[in-house]
Parts: sequence; structure tokens; C-alpha cells
Amino acid sequence: MNIFCFGISHQTANVEIRERFAIPDSGLADALTRLGQVPGVQESVLLSTCNRTEFYIVAMDSQLAIEPLFHDFYGPVEVSELHHLFRLPAVPSIRHLFRVASGLESMVLGETEIFGQVKRAYEAAARSGTTGRILNRLFQKAFHVGKHVRSATAITRGSVSVGSVAVDLAEQIFGKLDGRKIMILGAGETSERTAWSLKSRGARQLFVSNRSFERATVLAEAIGGRAIRFDDWEDEFQELDILVSSTSAPHAIVTRAKLEPVLRLRRDRPLFIIDLAMPRDVDPAVHEMDGVYVYDLDSLRAIAGRTLETRKKETEACDGLIEKHVHDFEVWFNRIAEGAVGRAAIECPRT
Amino acid sequence: MLLEISICGFWVFAGVRPDSLLFLFMNWSDRVWVELALISYLVGFAYSVYSLASHKFLTSRTSFWAIIAGFLLTTIFLFDRGHAIGRCPITNRFEVLVFMTWSMVLIYLVIGSSYRLSLMGAFTAPVASVLLLFAVAFAPSQAAARRIKVNPWLEAHTSFSMVACGAFALACIAGVMFLLQERQLKTRHPSSIFYRLPPITALSVANSRLLWLGFTLFTVGLATGFLIGDRINWVQAGWSILVWCVYGGIIVARMRHAMAAKWVAALSIVAFSLLLSTFWGIRFISDRPSF
Repeated sequence: MNIFCFGISHQTANVEIRERFAIPDSGLADALTRLGQVPGVQESVLLSTCNRTEFYIVAMDSQLAIEPLFHDFYGPVEVSELHHLFRLPAVPSIRHLFRVASGLESMVLGETEIFGQVKRAYEAAARSGTTGRILNRLFQKAFHVGKHVRSATAITRGSVSVGSVAVDLAEQIFGKLDGRKIMILGAGETSERTAWSLKSRGARQLFVSNRSFERATVLAEAIGGRAIRFDDWEDEFQELDILVSSTSAPHAIVTRAKLEPVLRLRRDRPLFIIDLAMPRDVDPAVHEMDGVYVYDLDSLRAIAGRTLETRKKETEACDGLIEKHVHDFEVWFNRIAEGAVGRAAIECPRT
Repeated sequence: MLLEISICGFWVFAGVRPDSLLFLFMNWSDRVWVELALISYLVGFAYSVYSLASHKFLTSRTSFWAIIAGFLLTTIFLFDRGHAIGRCPITNRFEVLVFMTWSMVLIYLVIGSSYRLSLMGAFTAPVASVLLLFAVAFAPSQAAARRIKVNPWLEAHTSFSMVACGAFALACIAGVMFLLQERQLKTRHPSSIFYRLPPITALSVANSRLLWLGFTLFTVGLATGFLIGDRINWVQAGWSILVWCVYGGIIVARMRHAMAAKWVAALSIVAFSLLLSTFWGIRFISDRPSF
């Protein structure tokens, strides 16, 4: 009895090839059923995301040919496409799954979405009846490892995108964002993404202002906010908590001189300014004012970069934790496999 | 015994003669509760430091339970000592320091959960450890003579004043945490601790409310001091009024928004440092009425 894993991932294939081999959710049950009918396959789980399509198989034959299986699944497969396939034997397969569940194999190192995707893949396989004693145990163990790695290391700490870093900072200044007044100044792509990030963390009072009022209205409707004419945005400043600015103005539109009288009326409430414009919309001197925190693109990118570096450093610690779990599972699997071989020998004595 | 050896090691390292440390091995009485509480707070402190330094991001449950244990042990001591002397156990510096620590931790336990200030425990534990370390190492712990007749105004005055000091201590801790967050935001270089500390606005609110709580209790303590009915000690009274004015000034400035939150935080640290440093010079609490 053997475990092995094969498939493609963002590490072995580009997006075109990954699209070719992806299995949509709607086709997963059918694919699992067909996989279960392949001679020699005892258990199977199919993990298909935008970054990977992986088959986890338990089979009696460790040399199970995967090329015919791929031809059966995807129609004629060219040799050049098969070069993107990877195949892992038992222990590396176990290690690979644990690393995948922990986010160590993800394109964005340490991301947590993959954990849910692995869980859904396993649940689909369990519903289709293609899992058994080995893969049940392997995947349960993978979920345990994923949780352990996330809680015991800093692999998921911090954010690695500009929008998420800005929202993390906003939460560290204000706590919950639901009662905060947020203005999006300039309806560009970056500010829209940041607005969505803020909304996803509970922001409710969003205002959009843009030179083109129509664009402001479109974005405001999309994010469930209110559009404000560009000439009026400064009137709202007194009540604002967060300003996301990304206009195409050639000079700073938020200056110390403009802000000083407003700050006196704000009664000591902090103001967080996310300046995503290039050239910058906010005079750097504004950051020196009490209770005002200005973060521009460079500073947000620097924080994201440092977080990624921290995560990279953490991979060693993660691998150390994973290796212990791999060993535990290997010991259990070898015991089971030996028992199965023994039973097979009793049932089918050599003549 | 382990604690005694550790403390001895610390003070020998600090240049204190070993023979002068013999007092630590004597007087095994109810002070053992305080020593055990000190161990608990040190454990909580060490665990928080380990958790933060190792980036393991372990839950702060261990620190929290260590603080709970320390609080219960000091409660036992205060109950035991109070029962023995027949009055509120604030009759010498040892008892005062223990009572101040107890008050500070009590307020932390009450407000900590309300303001999502869980990591405040990591900052409360070291302050509690330092206060108890000073109590154990420097302050004689002999119990005062049992009182037959207790002056309720004196009891109210001393206990309100001490609980107020506990609130001021926590305001100081919230101030330290605020300035830590503020600095990281201003330098645009947030470290891992930044994301574990509470939001800066929550710290500002906690700082203000603790100052208010401390000031209210201190005012009651001060007022009841005038009702004790004994001759007023004007040195102590003057010092108490000065402390009251300093904290009152900070609160008024905060109310009138004349001062940024960071200056309020900084001043709550300065004011508590002033309170602690002058504490030894002023016979704040004595067997006699304070003033």
C-alpha cells in the first residue's frame, strides 16, 4: 500500500497550463468517481484551486502510471504539458500536504485561504466515498498541522499587500472600523481596492469624492457609500477618521496649513491618512502633527516587504514543526502498511 | 527558599553585602504569601517576555493565570494581616506596597477585559513584581500592634488613597503602551508587538478613565483625611495636595482638549514616577493619622 501525490502547481506551471488542468467545483464529484474507478486506486482526494491541481492517492501499486490517467481525465495531453507534472512518493507527499495546508506552498507565503480549500477538497472526497482509513487520517492530521503551524509561528502574521497593511494599521489605530468615517479621495483602482479591504473589515460610513462626480457615484454605489462633489470634500474633513487619497493632483492637496484649523475642532481624535497617490497628495510635514498618521505607498510597501521577510524566516521553524508530524504519520502509516501486506499474504498465499 | 536565593543573587549582583541579606531568611510568617505572589508575578512577566521575544505568539493565558494567582496570594496576605491587627493592613511600607500592588491588579482585572487590553497583563506583571520585590527586599514586614479602637476615617483615608495609587499605576502602564504604539506609528516601523497591543484610541480612552478613577478615589481619600480628627501633618498634607493638583491639572487639560493624547500619556507616567519617588520621602501612611 502506498501514498503518493501528483499534479501541477504555480511552482511547476504557468497560469495557462494550470487553467488547462483545473477541475471546477461542479466537476469535482464526477472526477472523484472516475478516479475511484481507476484500477489499483484505493483512496483519493482531489485538490483543485487557482494555483494547484493535486491528486492524493492511496494505491497498492506504487508505480501507478499517471499519464493514462491524465489522458482519461483531460483528453489528449501533449508531452510538453506532462513536463509540468510533479509526482511525489509517500513521505514527500505527506510533507507536501502538510506544507500546503500550512500555506508554505502558496504563492503568497503563509496565506490562510488554502486551509479552507484543502478542507473543502477533503469533504468533497469524503462525501463521494473516495477516502478511507489512510487519507482520512492524513487529512485530519494535515488540518491539525496547519492550525499548529499558524498558532505557533508568525507565518500568517501581518499583511503582505498594500491594501491589507493599510487596513491593519487602521485597526491598530481605531479598533473596530464600523463606526468610523472614511473618505476615498480619487476613484482609482488602488483606492477602490483599499476601500473594499476597509469594507471587508467592517467599515460602513464610506464617502467617495472624485473630480469626475460620475465615477465617484459609480464607486460609491459599488461599495455602499455616498458620493461627494470634489469641491465639497474639505467640508467633511472635521468628522473624518480615515482618508484614502489617490488623486492625480500634481501637488499636495492636504497640507499642514490646511489641516491645523481643522485639527483644533477635531477634539483630539486621531486621523489616519493613506496616501496612495504618485506624486503624493499629502505634504510629508502633516505626519509630524499630533494625532495624525500619514502612510504613503513607499511606507506601506516597506511594511509589506518586512512582513514577507519575517514570513520567509519563519519557514524554517514551520518546517521543523511539520517534520515532527511527518515522522509521526510515517510511523503510523508504515505500521498500517505492514499489517495490510501481512493480511494480503495470508489471504493470497503463494503457490 | 528558591525565591530567597534568587533575590539574594540579584542583590549580591547589585553590590549589596551578603550578610545584610540574612533578613530575607528570617521572619517566616504571613509574608510567605507575598513572596509566593512575587513568584507568580515574576512567572507571568517572564512568560510574557518569552512569548514576545521568541515570536511564538503563545496565548497570554499563562500570564493571566499567574497574575490571578499573585492577586489571590496577596489577598490572603491582606486578609490574614488585617485579621491579625484588627484594621486595614496599611500600617507600614511593606503593607502599603502590597496593598498598592493588590489595588493595581484588582483594577487591571476589572478593566482589562472591558477594554480589550489583554496584553496590559504583560505590562502589569513587571510593575507588580518590582513593587513586591521592593516590599520583600527593603521593607520590614512586622505587623503593627492590634488596635482595640479603629478610626473609620483613617481606614477610609488610607484605603481610598492606596486604591487611587493602584489606578494611577495602571494609568501609567496604559500611558507607556500608548507611547509605544504612537512611536511605532510615527516611525512607520511597526514591530510584531505593535499588532499585539490594543488600538491606540482604546489605550487613550483607558488612560483617561484610569486617571479619572484614580483622581476620584484620591479626592475621597484626601477629603476623609481631614475628618480623621487628629493634628494635621502639613508635610504629608502638602504632598497629597500637590499630587492631587498634578493629576487634576492633567485631567482638566484632557477635558479641555488643550493637550494631545500623547502628552497626557507622558504626563501620567511622569506623575506616577513622581508619586513613587517621593513616596519614600514622605511618611504617607503611618500608625498615626496622615494629617
